Amino acid sequence: MTVRPYEPMTPGQDLPAAPRHKSPDSAAVYTGEVVLEIPAQMEFVSLVRLVVSGAAQLHPYFESERVEDLRVAVSEATTNAIRSHEGVDSAAQIQLTCNVTEEQIEVTVRDHGKGFDPDALPNLPDPDSPERLLHESGMGLRLMRMLADETEIRPSSSGTCVRLVFYGSKRRRAALGG
Amino acid sequence: MHLVETFHEGPWSITAVVGELDVVGGPELRQHVMAQVGEGSSRLVLDLSGVDFIDSFGLGVIVGALKRTRLLDGDLRVVVPAPRIRRVFEVCDLDRVFKLHKTVQEAVSTQ
Repeated sequence: MTVRPYEPMTPGQDLPAAPRHKSPDSAAVYTGEVVLEIPAQMEFVSLVRLVVSGAAQLHPYFESERVEDLRVAVSEATTNAIRSHEGVDSAAQIQLTCNVTEEQIEVTVRDHGKGFDPDALPNLPDPDSPERLLHESGMGLRLMRMLADETEIRPSSSGTCVRLVFYGSKRRRAALGG
Repeated sequence: MHLVETFHEGPWSITAVVGELDVVGGPELRQHVMAQVGEGSSRLVLDLSGVDFIDSFGLGVIVGALKRTRLLDGDLRVVVPAPRIRRVFEVCDLDRVFKLHKTVQEAVSTQ
């Protein structure tokens, strides 16, 4: 191992690129389930991002762009879950599971909040319309649906469970016939 | 997230945003934009070169900033050099709402 002298970073400077040892044809896939419980407080969303992106980075079939998609989509699901607890007199935690298999990573986010009907959300106006500027929210669900390969939202009287599935590049290539 | 001191170039007020522009950091940026617009600055540049994560809340703050500047016949320009941050804008079609620039110089010199 080579030890480099400490180099202080300036704000905004990119972190040095982490060494990448991904060689999909030979690398092992570390499968299993990571379970995380967090308080329903927004400050914990960054911890969730850290954990799920860390798990995805271990996967040889998840390139950095796909890890980023997962990070964004799971962050949105977690933010929604925490928001659903607002005004609810409950100390219940938000539960996340991150199930890693050779083909995919499946993340579930379960809350105990008020629940919501995803089909009841209004569509955003066309980007070219001046009306679009009147909508500062409503993009989280779109990000989840566009960035995950499968999105399932199961509302119930006791809360909502969001299931997001991200395929690894091997499965994606197979799906494309490559 | 933190904001780096605003400076001026011609009619433009430029603010650099550093860190995670999300539901936790976004409100600070919203307050900053509201204060700037309240002081009469209607031509704003947000430099997101130092942003390493953005979520839908952060996007919403930027949409709101554009709305506030347009109400004063001004404009908002956004500097987003990193492809992974740019992708989040594109997924939400916001690259059609405002042009994304790669450098501050490009943002302030574009007609």
